[in-house]
Amino acid sequence: MAGLVPAIHVLFGDEVEHVDARHKAGHDDVRVCGAGCKVMAEFLQLVFSGLTVGAVYALVALGFTLVYNASDVINFAQGDFVMIGGMGTVFLMAAGVALPFAVLIAVVAAVLVGLLLHRLAIEPARGASPVALIMITIGASIFIKGVAQIVFDKQFHSLPAFSGTDPIAIGGATILPQSFWVIGGMLALVFGLWLFLERTLIGKAVLATAANRLAARLVGINVTVVLALAFGLSAAIGAVGGVLVTPITLTRYDVGTLFALKGFAAAMVGGMGNPIGAVVGGLLIGLMEAFGAGYLSSTYKDAVAFVAILVVLLVMPQGLFGRRSVERV
Amino acid sequence: MLTVDGLSSAYGRIEVLHGISLDVPAGEIVALVGSNGAGKTTLLRTLSGVQPASAGRIVFQGEDIQALPPHARVMRGIAQSPEGRQVFGPLTVEDNLRLGAFRRWDDTVRGRLEAVYTMFPVLAERRRTPASSLSGGQQQMLAIGRALMAQPKLLLLDEPSLGLAPLLVDQILAAVVDLKQKGITVLLVEQNASAALAIADRGYVLEVGRIVHEGEGRALLQDPKVRAAYLGV
Ligand SMILES: Nc1ncnc2c1ncn2[C@@H]1O[C@H](COP(=O)(O)OP(=O)(O)OP(=O)(O)O)[C@@H](O)[C@H]1O
Ligand SMILES: [Mg+2]
Repeated sequence: MAGLVPAIHVLFGDEVEHVDARHKAGHDDVRVCGAGCKVMAEFLQLVFSGLTVGAVYALVALGFTLVYNASDVINFAQGDFVMIGGMGTVFLMAAGVALPFAVLIAVVAAVLVGLLLHRLAIEPARGASPVALIMITIGASIFIKGVAQIVFDKQFHSLPAFSGTDPIAIGGATILPQSFWVIGGMLALVFGLWLFLERTLIGKAVLATAANRLAARLVGINVTVVLALAFGLSAAIGAVGGVLVTPITLTRYDVGTLFALKGFAAAMVGGMGNPIGAVVGGLLIGLMEAFGAGYLSSTYKDAVAFVAILVVLLVMPQGLFGRRSVERV
Repeated sequence: MLTVDGLSSAYGRIEVLHGISLDVPAGEIVALVGSNGAGKTTLLRTLSGVQPASAGRIVFQGEDIQALPPHARVMRGIAQSPEGRQVFGPLTVEDNLRLGAFRRWDDTVRGRLEAVYTMFPVLAERRRTPASSLSGGQQQMLAIGRALMAQPKLLLLDEPSLGLAPLLVDQILAAVVDLKQKGITVLLVEQNASAALAIADRGYVLEVGRIVHEGEGRALLQDPKVRAAYLGV
């Protein structure tokens, strides 16, 4: 699958020559960039690129985390919410809806799909083994892609950048304004989620369900509702990520597969069930991909996530930050 | 207050409760004793609705609550402090208590919180610490406190003395007597039969899923058969 174009084209070499030329031509405001600076600029460029895609992986990983904590289900349809957010916005805008409303409707649609997934596929299979539930989410993911092919189409689509496409120069590298939207949006969502979980009774009920499902039921928390909430929230988070990143990476009905893979890898690296781990894991996978593509070959970019999953499984099954601690009596 | 009639329950195909019938009159402490694996915990789980019943009726204050989900039973006034404490480990002591009031969330929560802190002052000292860092005895107080936050009419206590030092056991049982004085009905499950029967108005002895003895607490304590089987004398 060739869905994901690197977030920022790594063309620093030409740019530096260009800068040198301008300097020779007498533009004093342009610094000369030597060999060390060049290495540094390339490095920075890859960091920007990695953090941008990594932010989206972080959001997908957060979605995995939310659902996993509420139910031990690993929802492999998680990446498809990213697709619904991006594709939904693209097609709504094509139909003449203004960007903010298109985003809103697309995110609400993703939430509805998330709730339906829970209601029609997960809830009826309550009590089934985790493996069976994972198979169900994989089936749901294939189904969503099938429907998306019909509702949308099979082409790649993009969205206009939210605030222009003039790259911003930082330390010899450049960053697209849209990258700020992606990274800033990720940070805002993480903060919002934190506020919800830590500062509201319902949020605490979600945390309580994650910590001890039996005790949660005994105090009267309806764990079915909590799980539905987790599905809805994770869908919203994924869809917003999809909207933010589509101006940079393009989208298509099937981009969810790679986002799910990478978000899953991110959640594993951070320690499945750990929200901070999910964010750090997402950024790490993004950075490793960017460095792999920049310094080795972009051919193997998508292999980074696979390798990360294998390494985590073999070397540190708990991930960097440890799994969600299971209650022990 | 609570009448259980012919209640059976199973894990998968293995039935572990075979037609239990018992009565918990309002305002009393009723002790349910029995050895390991008799089905005491299963009975309390079934009463709270976290374990399905396969036969029988559970009538609470005149209403058949058999088909109600757990949260609806909490709203009717049944709260449980489960076996093994089951505190929300990563959450603070205070959050654990507040979550106990999840179905009774009104402006009296603050007052109820203070009442629990008055009852168990050590919880007040540690209100900002994660529940997982409490000692076993403190976690037990927390589990009871959390159940009380639901303002129960009927409190189900599953082995509150398990694994505690004798001094703490006395403190917990004194708290149970205190609750009775405040008008809360208590169904107390204990392996520590002599301690439980000593404070109970009524007692039931459960043996592999059946009630085999019942009577006044002190009378059961004196019963030679009960003494031989459960009190080790
Ligand atoms: N989750 C479960 N799955 C299958 N069987 C179970 C489960 N929990 C308990 N049992 C079985 O049900 C029977 C009753 O167990 P229960 O825990 O209710 O006994 P108990 O009287 O509470 O024992 P204890 O004094 O050890 O707490 C036992 O034979 C036990 O092995
Ligand atoms: Mg038990």
